[in-house]
Formats: sequence, C-alpha cells, structure tokens
Amino acid sequence: MSDITPDLVRHLGVLARIQLSDEEVTSLTGELDAIVASIAQVSEVATSDVPATSHPIPLENVFREDIPGDMLTTDEALRNAPDSDGTRFRVTAILGEEQ
Amino acid sequence: MSDLTKLTAAELAASLASGEVSSVEATEAHLERIRAVDGDVHAFLHVNDAAIDVARGIDERRGAGEQLPELAGVPLAIKDVLVTTDMPSTSGSKILEGYMSPYDATVVRKAREAGLVALGKTNMDEFAMGSSTEHSAYGPTRNPWDLDRIPGGSGGGSAAAVAAFEAPLALGSDTGGSIRQPAHVTGTVGVKPTYGAVSRYGSIALASSLDQIGPVARTVLDAGLLHDVIGGHDPHDATSLAHDWPSFAAAAREGATGEVLKGLRVGVVRELTGTGFQASVEESFRASVALLEAHGAEVVEISAPHFEYATAAYYLILPAEASSNLAKFDSVRFGMRVEVPGGTVEDVMSATRDAGFGPEVKRRIILGTYALSAGYYDAYYGSAQKVRTLIQRDFADAFDKVDVIATPSAPTTAFRLGEKLDDPLAMYANDLATIPANLAGVPGISVPSGLASDDGLPVGIQFLAPAYEDARLYRVSAALEALLVDEWGAPLLDRAPVLNGEAR
Repeated sequence: MSDITPDLVRHLGVLARIQLSDEEVTSLTGELDAIVASIAQVSEVATSDVPATSHPIPLENVFREDIPGDMLTTDEALRNAPDSDGTRFRVTAILGEEQ
Repeated sequence: MSDLTKLTAAELAASLASGEVSSVEATEAHLERIRAVDGDVHAFLHVNDAAIDVARGIDERRGAGEQLPELAGVPLAIKDVLVTTDMPSTSGSKILEGYMSPYDATVVRKAREAGLVALGKTNMDEFAMGSSTEHSAYGPTRNPWDLDRIPGGSGGGSAAAVAAFEAPLALGSDTGGSIRQPAHVTGTVGVKPTYGAVSRYGSIALASSLDQIGPVARTVLDAGLLHDVIGGHDPHDATSLAHDWPSFAAAAREGATGEVLKGLRVGVVRELTGTGFQASVEESFRASVALLEAHGAEVVEISAPHFEYATAAYYLILPAEASSNLAKFDSVRFGMRVEVPGGTVEDVMSATRDAGFGPEVKRRIILGTYALSAGYYDAYYGSAQKVRTLIQRDFADAFDKVDVIATPSAPTTAFRLGEKLDDPLAMYANDLATIPANLAGVPGISVPSGLASDDGLPVGIQFLAPAYEDARLYRVSAALEALLVDEWGAPLLDRAPVLNGEAR
C-alpha cells in the first residue's frame, strides 16, 4: 500500500493546476495507488553507489551568439491566443478578492 | 491508378523520376484511397487540401528539368505531434483543437524541402500517452488488419495510414515505443533513431529525455530513405547530435544482399522471453532468429538483469517530465480557455486543464507531480534515474558480446479496442520490450516477422544496436526482410484483408 489518499490527489491537482472533480479524485486515488505500488520497485536496485542518469547521451550545454533571431511578429504570437487586445494577451484577474 | 498506392516509396520515387507517373497522380491516388477507407480506419485527423497544388509544383519543377531529391513528389503522412504551418496541430488533444503553428517542425521543413507532399496529420494518443490511440480526444484509429483491434500507439495513425496504403511514408515519434509497437501490430516498419539523431524542434514535447522522431514505412529501404531526409544536426534542438551519419537507404540496400548476416552476433535477451509473451509472438520471433542463424548469424543468449525495472522507471521519468512539459497549456497564450465567471487566471487555468486534458493525461500529470514532490523525489524520480544507469550498463555489457540485440517488439498481437482501456497497468505493459531503448538512447527498429499462428495478426521483431549504429539496424533488418519476403512469396501486407470502404 502506498500513501495515496483523496486529499493528496486533490492537493496534487492544485499543484498541477487541474481542477479535479470528486469523481476524478476517487478514480485517480485508486489508480495511482496501484501504479505507485508497481513502480516503487525501482528503489530495490537504486542503491547509493549507482549514479543517476538524466540524459541517455552525454551532452554539453549549447550556446549560440547572443543576437536576435527566429522571432515571431506580435500578430503571429497572438494568433492562437484565446483572448488579446491586439498587442498583448488578455487574461482575467490575477488576484482574487481575498488576496 | 489506384495501384499507385501499392508501390513502395522507393518504387514510386523511381516512377516519378522517370516521368512515368506524376506527383499529382500519385497524390490523387492516395487522397482517393483516404476517401475510400479512412472512414473505417480513422488514421487521419486532417487531410491537406493543398496537397494536389504542392504535387503540381513538384511536377512543374521536374518538368522544367530541375534535379530533385529522390523522394520528391512522394506523399507523406505526418503525426499530429509535429507542428505544421498549413494544417492544425493538436497532438491528439482537445486543449489544442484548431491550433495553427507559426512555424514548421524541423523534420517537416526538411521533408518539404526534399519535395515530399504532406497528405495530412495522423491520429495519436493524446500527447503521445498511450499504446492504442484510444486516448486520442478525436476517437481511436482502427487496425487495418482487423477494424475491431487497436493499431498500436501512440502513433497508431501513422502506422495504420501506411498499412492501409493511405500513404507510403509517415513520420512518427517514439518515447517508449510509439513508433515500434504500432509497426509491430500493423505489419509495418518503424524506426526509433539514436537519441538526438533526428531533430525534435517543433515536436510537441512529451518527455524530453526520451522523445525521438523517426520514420514509419512498409519496407526497411523506405524507412531509410525517409530517415536520410529528416536526420542530422539542428541548431534549434539543443539535444541534437553533431554527427556525420551515413546513408540509411544505402545501408538498407547493402543489407538486402544478406552478406551482413555472415558472422553477425545476434543477442537474445533472456529476460524478454517466456512469461508475459503471447506464445505465438515468441514462436514468430524464434522462427526469424532461426532464419538469421541459418544464413550465417551467431545467436547468443544474453542477460539484461535490469530490464525488468525499465517499465517502472519509465513510468516515473515520463510522467515527471510530462507534468513539466504540459505546464505550458495555461489557457493564456494558445489553446483552449474555459470561461469562469469572476474567476482569476488560476481558476481559469485549472478549469481549462480539467476540461481540455483527457483521463490518461491527467493521470500522468498527477503521477508526475507526485513523483517530483518534496519528500518523494529521491525515492521515485531519483531512483528511476539510477535504474536508467543500470539499464545503460546492461546494454554496454550486451554490446560487448553481440552486434545487435533481437527481441519480440511487443508482448502480444493487436488487442481489441476497449480491452485494456480501463486498466492503465495492463496498457503500460505493452511497452516492456521497447522502453529500454528509450531509457538508454540506443536506436531500435521493428520489422514484420510474420503472422501469429493463433490469431493470424502481424508480429514484429525488434533489433537494437549501440548508440550511433542506426545503419547497422537497417542492414540487419533489410537482410531479414529479404529472406522473409522470399519465404512468404510476397510482402506481409499483401495478406491484409481488403478494406472495402463501405460503412461498417
């Protein structure tokens, strides 16, 4: 058994900015519990003497000359925006009343 | 002219170059085929209205005496994970419905420059999360071999398009098997190149340390021809390798002679046989391995003791990276926005992401958020990264003893639509043979090995080679393909049922 509870799933939804319904919280709790129980086996072989690998092929950081390039026009940048005033993205209030 | 759709890309390219066939004729034949069968197969999310105009442009250039690249005028299907300026790019998600990219993915740009004609965008599991295309927000694709079965995933649309003769070539993406497993279940060829060998610029990211773009085709040579077009360094992709790649088409042509098999050491992984594999899949695999042996290959049993932890590590690393990559869908700059009266930006964002993402995407984002949370990071994500090291060591040990590794491409043949949809762990188990290559960055290919003796459905054999040795995969699989097609008397897809295009 893992420690996946409905409250934890609801909290993870807040962190991930997904407003989960109660039904989703219930189903996800059960599913995550089974998945986490299955994937927890990685800790069996991940002993302290094994180094971690983040990328499969060793890479060095890549730099380019600091000159403007590959830019979008404002129209291109706004073309897929759900809402804009023609020059900027338009959003609803940043802060709620309680803030 | 409907038989134009039966030609391989190499044959079609030769007919185009000789002037025997025009690109307009070839493109029209494929569009006609799409109209006839895609109502059943549903490989395409979007068909390109401008394809004929593009084809006409190629014909005019060729007519004017211009020397064009080999594949110029050949139609191409494009997985919807790749962004395109002239067609919507949704990655199979409602949250990106109608999204029009301001730029082309590098592989799309290269394909256009090589004169390939974009036929349309192919269906996929939402954000490439799945093994069946059932997680597409736009409905599943069906397997041309049996319309009640899955075409694999996430790239089921690209594989089905090629298997149903709707396109000779397609582009795919492979994060844990999304090119190779669909190839396996549809009797087609799919290649996951070495990590970094093909640019991911303009590929809607799933898990950045695993994603790789590659070719989908009906023959090994055709895959090599497309790989030659899309491969190579791209300054727009920081993980792109600066490496002098050989021609993979040349490797396939050379391999077809069978010379490569003489003395070739083929490793069979002890841990990827037996339990968990459908008996008929393993039987087909063993028959192909025996055929290689009969033609001069030396078969060596090898052990990869950490492969059994690969799927678990993958389902920690992938959700962790995906939860980060998908944070960009914030309802502000692009994509869906749900109205929340009086709501703040954060309320709108949370409601949008709930409405816009499907169940599997939410499952993986929540799982990834959990794996990356304070207190769990070391136990989960950190451990998974260590498993990655152990799997790389398994590969290194194996490639000390053998030239290529051979495995069944997936544990079962195509399962029925709906069969595993409500059981995430059963769905994840489909990728157990393909995931190790993504974790280690090595290249892999799936080529048809035959039909399963019990259900008559296609089976694929997977070859894996050390990083940078993609050409070796093309040589070896072209050799096996030539032997098998000779044995069968015709390509495997000739035995696929006829799609009549009538309403089911």
